[in-house]
Amino acid sequence: MATINELKERIHAGSSEEIVAEYLERIGSSKLNAFITVAKENALVRAKEIDSEGFEGSLAGIPVAIKDNISTKGILTTCASKILTGYVPPYDAHVIERLKEAGAVIIGKTNMDEFAMGTSTETSFYGPTRNPWDTDRVPGGSSGGSAAAVAGGEVPIALGSDTGGSVRCPASFCGVVGLKPTYGVISRYGLISYANSLEQIGPFATTVRDVAALFDVIAGYDPRDSTSVDKEVNYSSALKNDVSGLKIGVPEEYFGEGTDENVEKAVWNAIHTLEDLGATRIKVKMPHTKYALSAYYIIAMSEASSNLARFDGMRYGLRTEDSDWHTTFSQVRAAGFGDEVKRRILLGTYALSAGYHDKYYLKALKVRTLIKQDFELAFKDADVLIAPTMPYPAFKLGEKIDDPLSLYLADVDTVPINLAGVPSISVPCGFSHGLPIGMQVIGKHFDETTILRTAYTFEENTDFHTREPEGL
Amino acid sequence: MYENPDGVMIGLEVHVQLNKLKTKVFCGCTTDYHNDPPNSHVCPVCLGLPGALPVINKRAVEAAIKVGLALNCKVEEHTQFYRKNYYYPDLPKGFQITQYDFPISSGGYITIEGEDGEHRVGITRAHMEEDPGRLVHEGTIDKSKYTLIDYNRSGMALLEVVSDPDMRSPKEARRYLDKLRNILEYLDVFDGNLEGALRVDANISIMGGQRAEIKNISSHKGAERALLYEIVRQKNVLRRGGVVVLETRHFDEAREITMSMRSKEEAHDYRYFPEPDLVPLKISGWAPAIKATLPDLPDAWRLLFVEQYGITDEQAKALTSDIRLAKFYQMVVQNRDIKFAQLAADWMSNVLKGELNYRSQTFKVFSEQEAPKCWACGEKMVPSDRYLFDWNGILINDLDTFKKLKEYLMNNYGAFWVNNAPIEKDDAGRTIKISVENYSISLILDDTKNKVIVKFYKGGTYSLSLKKVNDRLNICEDIFYCNNCGASRDKNTTFIIKVEKPSVPEAEISLIDMLKALDFFENNKISEDDVLKIMRTILQKQIPKEFDVEKVDKIVKEEGLKKVEGNIVEAAALEAINENPQAVADYKAGKEKALNSLVGAVMKKTKGGADARTAREVLLGKLG
Ligand SMILES: [Zn+2]
Ligand SMILES: [Zn+2]
Repeated sequence: MATINELKERIHAGSSEEIVAEYLERIGSSKLNAFITVAKENALVRAKEIDSEGFEGSLAGIPVAIKDNISTKGILTTCASKILTGYVPPYDAHVIERLKEAGAVIIGKTNMDEFAMGTSTETSFYGPTRNPWDTDRVPGGSSGGSAAAVAGGEVPIALGSDTGGSVRCPASFCGVVGLKPTYGVISRYGLISYANSLEQIGPFATTVRDVAALFDVIAGYDPRDSTSVDKEVNYSSALKNDVSGLKIGVPEEYFGEGTDENVEKAVWNAIHTLEDLGATRIKVKMPHTKYALSAYYIIAMSEASSNLARFDGMRYGLRTEDSDWHTTFSQVRAAGFGDEVKRRILLGTYALSAGYHDKYYLKALKVRTLIKQDFELAFKDADVLIAPTMPYPAFKLGEKIDDPLSLYLADVDTVPINLAGVPSISVPCGFSHGLPIGMQVIGKHFDETTILRTAYTFEENTDFHTREPEGL
Repeated sequence: MYENPDGVMIGLEVHVQLNKLKTKVFCGCTTDYHNDPPNSHVCPVCLGLPGALPVINKRAVEAAIKVGLALNCKVEEHTQFYRKNYYYPDLPKGFQITQYDFPISSGGYITIEGEDGEHRVGITRAHMEEDPGRLVHEGTIDKSKYTLIDYNRSGMALLEVVSDPDMRSPKEARRYLDKLRNILEYLDVFDGNLEGALRVDANISIMGGQRAEIKNISSHKGAERALLYEIVRQKNVLRRGGVVVLETRHFDEAREITMSMRSKEEAHDYRYFPEPDLVPLKISGWAPAIKATLPDLPDAWRLLFVEQYGITDEQAKALTSDIRLAKFYQMVVQNRDIKFAQLAADWMSNVLKGELNYRSQTFKVFSEQEAPKCWACGEKMVPSDRYLFDWNGILINDLDTFKKLKEYLMNNYGAFWVNNAPIEKDDAGRTIKISVENYSISLILDDTKNKVIVKFYKGGTYSLSLKKVNDRLNICEDIFYCNNCGASRDKNTTFIIKVEKPSVPEAEISLIDMLKALDFFENNKISEDDVLKIMRTILQKQIPKEFDVEKVDKIVKEEGLKKVEGNIVEAAALEAINENPQAVADYKAGKEKALNSLVGAVMKKTKGGADARTAREVLLGKLG
């Protein structure tokens, strides 16, 4: 699979248009259903422009895929929901503006769980995306389309969003690299909110270097997002093949019960590899981890119940037959939202209502504070934490979709990171029966450089990232 | 001590639009939408489009703190926004961003003139929120086939000022509203003349019973009417042995009654929670600086008028009841001397204000953000300027330039004394001074700001704009100009009279109009009745397309106004007595009213040129 640098060389020798056309063809003949919208015309026109202008941006002429919950001016943006049928945003998200400035070519919008609510990309109104390593299996979620597109060679780089693991989970299941940055590093302006206090946009690529290159373009302050932080860092320059003296914390709560044996083995092997390269290992305790999942779901669903109130069919999206507004509003939402979205809106509404607000929502906020404390304490001794990204490799399509609770449980290792707001990167670290395994390297607030360096060193000294799915 | 026989307790929740801000509360859209088509000032944020995020307008927070301080509130250390979740078609996000815990300020008071003298009304809290859009129904709300939504208003900064239940009568409630509006206008955060600027919900209980909340009140008068109706209704309930229930009632402004709203509408659970997209704001450091620049409030102006100009407290109260009137009065006095202050107060606090009230007219002042609609054609006017003279012309003693400068000062500020006054310049050529005896005007060049400051000896300060064209320094006055039809308006010294009744055209009164009328009177050229006549004529006159300096002179000429000499009134009085023996006899028999017909006869003989009061005095003297 081609990296950004390889593509750049080809663009210099040939043209961006040629490359974009190649990727478009691959998308066109794909069985993965990774895309909801392929922006064929736009992409070819833009590639031609870049070719004729001799554009110098860091991603000039490179195709990029965008998760369909990120607002793209003039390109259908659906959140994989029926309720946004026909919605073409009149404005670009901050990250899209940055990508355009850097010369990237937006090739399409990728499939996802409806409104990013899911761990398997099976709740999409546009049908599930398939895992390139085994098309009977899920790609993970909610950014399953982006991860599968990158793993399947349909695009070199892509953007997802991570509310409780939605970048790292599909990165792990599809054997690619995915980063969830510190809360506030990337502007959320234009990211259609599921749970605002938890989510960040994150990059996907086949290598840590490409993830860093994409991250460099999209990170940075934006006055339109009040939670965005004013820090300018060059992440690519932090990529050094060196972990000597690095203190790795291993939180025991992320291993053991419920975790697949092969996953555990692969992650430990990875830790030992880093130790061999000069890192040291310590045990850390994160005693509140067991409460993270329930706190996460209460906060996320509460925020979602409010965020999704705006989808009423009055101004854009699905419209049923006109009646009085009470009726129309109800009919639009009944027809437009899928089961999982309805479930989460109902649960969130319940958690915020009078009489339950303190019992659920406030209590979840308290747990969140404790989880943050767990991380603060752990990072007193450790530079990074390493743990499995997902407790098991990709499961079969349909295996868990009718059992929401077991699906929620899959997020057990990813959600604490979002509650704490710290950064985490998932990198391939092994295989189990031909399915990729990911480990996550978790860092301190705003210390993306250290986790990128750790992941990069691991990658430079292993070959898991070089393996490609067969038979596509 | 006011007894409050019915045990009335009234608390008010007032939504004030901070409409003097340049932009909305969470986005960069303009607040100047009132003359524009629906949905022409909207963006992803105020339309609540998916993915758009709010960003707090710091100026709005400052304005809210300003109000908090002026209402004697405690400004909190930090403030936080919350989501109030409910569905209504005018609310594009399905929730309203407002405040809940940690409002911006709380625990203050307003002093009003109560039933028994000065009365304090507690302010529970004043918090910020965003305005929803505006629903427009075709025809009436029940019969309309569809509803249109205008989001121009969506995202305007609102301040909700919640009072304690300290008002004991509808009259006190009205005075509270008057005072609140007055304070807000002095703070320059609010223009009460704009549509939808102030909305009121009222809580009222009697005899310690349950309270009713009355919604949908849009005027001060409406609040008084709604509360009067509600007291009668609650008394009737009690008289019939019933119990007043806790409920929300809707005020029907047209029928002046309140109606119970369906209980379905009341069963709201707003599910408040902190707005994740807005970080808590630390504002503890802001208040001192804002406090230091807090402008004088109406009570301070009142004291100043009494002390500096020697007018009565009653007059000062009337003049400061509207900041525009207060400024207008100050402008008039600053262009004359103290003697004139009393005369101007007599006319402006009493007659002008009375005439305005009688016509339901209010002042409207020009400002940058409120470019007026053109009176001639209805198009929106734009800020512009008009060339007056070249500064260098003054420096080289060009007579034509002298004339232009003097004409401007006379025609706009009524400074007629400049006509024969010498013009001096400082060595640097940066200050021009015109003075004679006690009068003086200085013009000071400020080219860093491209301005010329015009300073009057009495403290009045105006500014002109400076435009450099080649080696000329063109001095221009700021005006509003209509690109469509060429109509123009002076910006500094003209007051537009807005009329609440749409059928009556707007009028305008300028500084020069007021000064001329009072000058005519003071110089014994016209009578008191004539001044009144001039004022009435001006207030009824449609605004001319061009600013008319000669307006008052024309009225005097057209109406043939001329003060009649004393002996002519004497002669007319004698004639009237001789010609009306019956009236004389009646008066002498004790019928006071008979005097009126004699006064009328004198007025007729002098063709209205006599002053009615003078005529009366002369007649009384002759009748013994
Ligand atoms: Zn806006
Ligand atoms: Zn016009």
